[in-house]
Amino acid sequence: MQLSAEGAERILAALESVPDPEIPAISLMDLGVIRGIRREPPAVLITPTYSGCPATLVIERAVREAVDAAGYSDVPVETVLAPPWTTDWITERGREHLRDYGIAPPPKGSASMTLKAGAPVACPRCGSDETREVSRFGSTPCKAQWQCRACLEPFDHFKCH
Amino acid sequence: MNRDFFPADTRTDSAPHGAMFDYLLRLGDDSLILCQRLTEWCGHAPALEIDLSLANIGLDLIGQATLFLNFAGAIEDRGRDGDRLAFHRDASDFRNCLLVEQPNGDFAQTMARQFLFSTAQLGLFEQLMLSTEPRIAEIAAKGVKEVRYHADLAADWIVRLGDGTDESRNRMVVGLDWCWRFIDELFLVDDVEAGLIEQGIAVDRSALRGAFDARLSSVLADAGLPAPVYPRGVRGGRAGRHSEHLGHLLATMQHLPRSYPDAVW
Repeated sequence: MQLSAEGAERILAALESVPDPEIPAISLMDLGVIRGIRREPPAVLITPTYSGCPATLVIERAVREAVDAAGYSDVPVETVLAPPWTTDWITERGREHLRDYGIAPPPKGSASMTLKAGAPVACPRCGSDETREVSRFGSTPCKAQWQCRACLEPFDHFKCH
Repeated sequence: MNRDFFPADTRTDSAPHGAMFDYLLRLGDDSLILCQRLTEWCGHAPALEIDLSLANIGLDLIGQATLFLNFAGAIEDRGRDGDRLAFHRDASDFRNCLLVEQPNGDFAQTMARQFLFSTAQLGLFEQLMLSTEPRIAEIAAKGVKEVRYHADLAADWIVRLGDGTDESRNRMVVGLDWCWRFIDELFLVDDVEAGLIEQGIAVDRSALRGAFDARLSSVLADAGLPAPVYPRGVRGGRAGRHSEHLGHLLATMQHLPRSYPDAVW
């Protein structure tokens, strides 16, 4: 069985509006966890951000519902591990949405994980580079807790991964 | 220090469902048991940020464990999935190394254990990414970035506590002293792994010791801590001979699914 190019487009279009359950400001497409549509045999390919991300099942269900609603209930949703997800797959639009939401996005091209000597993290509220890491982990495994020295606001930073 | 927890060998290294199944249990159980230990800190850590760190490291580990144990269940092909393997095996069927089942002790001892384990696991995963078994390679490639973060976070704490106050330094020395006897086992190669190493599936752990020692020396030097004095090593975890601690850990972890096997969310 093969999925038509048009069918694949329709599914992708339906997935555009599905938000991430943990960070609803960003769509699953922009987060890069939807890896694409395989046409033969048909499948929607998704990948977890972290091995133990607790949102994985919720994401799978949300994708399932959106694909069903688009009329493709016979197309399975498949989780793939390789290649491993990286923050480089977050789209420019996704980065914008994260920043607007108050989360400092990871710098592009930094997925090789520089822990300390990386580029400065700009405060998503005032834009200042005068920021400091408060905690290696934040509210989810994919984020760290930072604080702005200029406006004093604490904020989440999406870790480079 | 030189206590030997274990009776004379009562089990052999024989693998009932093949070396591959056993190897996957070793990889999965290491992550699973250490995760369970870390969750004991939930709500008890010295600060909220540390609480979050330990829980999130545990989350990464449970993810790795799920992937390895689900794969082990598929290889075994007897209808057991990762949950079944995690919750319905007895202590003697677990294949984790002894280090991960050791009690948390204080925060220093927890971070000492974390640093030593994560540093060894990092070396292992970096090589496992090249495994000829594609599923193992992709699980390792997924996990290696997480483990690198764990190893680095723990190294930071070794330095902060070692190079901190007299009190924190003493505690770190004691914490590390608790762990030294379990290090040899991390680099042990037995018959189960030898065959898999031949096939390019498993990593020769003994070859990872040099890089581990180098990293350890560098972090201890940064922390102003003394070089390790290794007592006689204790081993047995890979063959199912565990310390008493594992039984207590499993009693907590497995209580619900074993008491109510049909319970669902």
